[in-house]
Amino acid sequence: MQSYRKVEVIVGIFVLIGVLSMSWMAIKLGQIGGMGSSGYTLKATFSDAGGLRIGADVMMSGVSIGRLSSIALNDDSEAVVTLEIQKGVHLSTDAIAAVRTKGIIGERYVRMSQGADDEVLTDGDELEETESAINIEDLISKYIFQGKE
Amino acid sequence: MMNMVEKQSMMVQWLGGLGRWCLQSIEKVGDASVLSAVSLAHLFKRPWQGKHFVLQIYALGVGSLIIMAITGAFTGMVLALQGYYTLAKFGSESLLGSGVALSILRELGPVLGALMLIGRAGSSITAEIGIMRVTEQLDALQMMAINPHARVILPRIIATTLALPLLVSIFDVIGLAASYVVGVELLGVNSGAFLGEMVAKVVPMDLYAGWLKALCFGFLVGVICTYMGYRAEPTTEGVAHATTQAVVISSVSILILDYVLTSFFL
Repeated sequence: MQSYRKVEVIVGIFVLIGVLSMSWMAIKLGQIGGMGSSGYTLKATFSDAGGLRIGADVMMSGVSIGRLSSIALNDDSEAVVTLEIQKGVHLSTDAIAAVRTKGIIGERYVRMSQGADDEVLTDGDELEETESAINIEDLISKYIFQGKE
Repeated sequence: MMNMVEKQSMMVQWLGGLGRWCLQSIEKVGDASVLSAVSLAHLFKRPWQGKHFVLQIYALGVGSLIIMAITGAFTGMVLALQGYYTLAKFGSESLLGSGVALSILRELGPVLGALMLIGRAGSSITAEIGIMRVTEQLDALQMMAINPHARVILPRIIATTLALPLLVSIFDVIGLAASYVVGVELLGVNSGAFLGEMVAKVVPMDLYAGWLKALCFGFLVGVICTYMGYRAEPTTEGVAHATTQAVVISSVSILILDYVLTSFFL
């Protein structure tokens, strides 16, 4: 019976290590139940959200302050994105959300710029000021056609 | 004319062989499903086999820990090394962390973990039950009014199903740590970029997908390996053949099931 007790203890340690690994990944990597639940959400409407993906960073002054949690199309055929912002980050009601690219071929993220208003945005508010993605193809074609005229 | 008839009869024979093989395979799948379903039904019946679950998790799960750790470490290391030289060509070494993390969490952890479990534990399950069959221990159990489904098969299926997600999580963590060591310490990728990209790109769905895969693979390995042992021909060659078959069939089914599950989760 003594040896079965030992087996039980070893299995217990094994299960503990396994569960610890799982929860470490869940909290550190997946951020399940961590940042997501303690922050607040904002909505922003873009005429072009090209390249944005779920999980994309929301950054202010180059610091990550949240994540993009959903993208949908509204009745006016515009892209409505939901941003999860960390608790403790205060954005003024006239803050600007812009779709930007990390580097030249990097992925898209949402850049927030602080406004001048004293009032701050709270859970569920919508950002009024937005700038859509800059499309390099559009810029190039504009340049080409300007030259032809 | 005669040649034509001969050719036709050969064709018929070949088709017959193919048909027989298909029917036998379907029969085996059905047999294995019934066997595991009957065994799983004992989960809700007395006497409770708790002690045997613990013993099997010890033998199959804890026993596979070392090989999982070694496989995980070297998988992470080689991924970091390969990924670095590929990404360096495009000057985007900073993506190394997310690339390694997603490959390990979504694919390599569950699949390599399951393959290791088959090699380490699956083959021993089949051989053990097969030898129980040869030496008539299964009949002896029945004589003592101990149900072999409840005592022999069920604990092994439960053990592989529960142990694999845990083993895969350990595999993942060790793999990520090893890739960090190679990527950051040896190759000189920026530590912040490595970890930041890793955290930014991994979403909860990646973790759930990996764990669900591990759970399904563990169950499948348990079912196939116990079935192959239980229905092994009671001879020395029979057990040897069953063990080989168990390893081959479970490895192939894992890879096929992996594709199916991945296509659901993308």
